[in-house]
Amino acid sequence: MSVKTLTIDGKMMTGVEGDTVFTVAFHNQVQIPRLCHLGGVPDVGACRMCLVEVEGRSKLSASCMTTIEEGMVVRTDTEQLREYRKLLMELLLAEGNHVCSVCVSNGNCELQDLATHLGVDHVRVPYRHPRREVDLSHERFGLDQNRCIACTRCVRTCDEVEGAHVWDMAGRGEKLHLVADLGEPWGNSENCTKCGKCVQVCPTGALFTKGSAVGEMEKDRSFLKYIVYGRERHQWVKKP
Amino acid sequence: MSAKVKLATVWLGGCSGCHMSFLDLDERLIELAARVEFCLSPLVDTKFKDFPEVDVTLVEGAVANVEHVEMLHTIRARSKLVIAFGDCAVSGNITAMRNNFTVDEVMNRAYRETCAVVNGVPVGDDIVPKLVPKVKPLHELVKIDHYLQGCPPSADRIWELVTALLDGRAPKLERRFG
Ligand code: SF4
Ligand code: SF4
Ligand code: SF4
Ligand code: FES
Repeated sequence: MSVKTLTIDGKMMTGVEGDTVFTVAFHNQVQIPRLCHLGGVPDVGACRMCLVEVEGRSKLSASCMTTIEEGMVVRTDTEQLREYRKLLMELLLAEGNHVCSVCVSNGNCELQDLATHLGVDHVRVPYRHPRREVDLSHERFGLDQNRCIACTRCVRTCDEVEGAHVWDMAGRGEKLHLVADLGEPWGNSENCTKCGKCVQVCPTGALFTKGSAVGEMEKDRSFLKYIVYGRERHQWVKKP
Repeated sequence: MSAKVKLATVWLGGCSGCHMSFLDLDERLIELAARVEFCLSPLVDTKFKDFPEVDVTLVEGAVANVEHVEMLHTIRARSKLVIAFGDCAVSGNITAMRNNFTVDEVMNRAYRETCAVVNGVPVGDDIVPKLVPKVKPLHELVKIDHYLQGCPPSADRIWELVTALLDGRAPKLERRFG
């Protein structure tokens, strides 16, 4: 494992070969905005929120998909990046149906928090208002595709952490949507162990516990830390 | 003494919740009344044939029917500042949830398929303004000067925006939807 040194926002940082720019920045208290990245499951680069400038590259790079190199010079917070992130957020809000005022996650939503953080005060692109499905067939949980941002955190967590692989994405473009098993109602899934991990990792109100009213759905991800720690160190202790 | 700032508030496609929140200013309303001239509002009993020339208009609600479209253009032409007042004005919010359906589907649902149907779908242009095909937030039709999110925005947030405008400073507001 070789150590590499790079510069992020003017500060020298080190990481080991294979680390991503996102991770090294994170461990050095530089928080790059993100939606699809989730510590403990593999990155896929779905949301593009974590875009950074890398000197010598003409295109912006998703920091969660960019491995560090010796001597790399990275900027995470420029005027241009802030503007792109803001626009990306507005596109996300316009492409689904986000009615925060009646959402189970209102006040506890990563999408809403990030929009606030990025300074989104209105959406400059026209709203699309697609017709999307709600699946309430599961005995414990619900899926409202209107609020899904296709980050695939649920897909990866169910597959990699729970080992059940209930979720997949189907369709393309604005028809992109989540499917349980091969497009069955979630409640019919024989793979689903009803563990609720997908619900807890979902950054939005798309996956929720049934019976939650407006603003009542708060996500708890402490289980992920426990599992990742246990896997890495082969120690299954209560409090990592 | 310089002339008072002329203020109007208007209620388009919303539930009036934002105006209720405005009333929650409570005793601050007295302070406000000392500083502004309330020209037109669903909350005050002043009658105008036409929308007056004003300094600031707070517009609650989204644009949902043809009357709203006309009204909003008039407001823009006669107000120095137009404020999108609350989530429906800013994003469409609840009012825009009908956009997933056609106007016919919406009318059928409201006037034919309910158990309380008496007269069916209303007819006659003069009685009920026609719905526009898609509900829109204000800024898709006219230029907006400030956005005040919240469903409804709290009285404190309304106060912060209104006093900031009166004092000629930038409002300190968290820009959170919902
Ligand atoms: S998921 Fe988040 S952004 Fe979407 S409606 Fe719910 S609270 Fe708002
Ligand atoms: S509840 Fe557990 S098993 Fe079922 S879909 Fe979610 S993560 Fe997978
Ligand atoms: S349901 Fe939630 S976790 Fe899954 S893709 Fe949609 S937003 Fe992401
Ligand atoms: S966090 Fe990197 S692309 Fe989503």
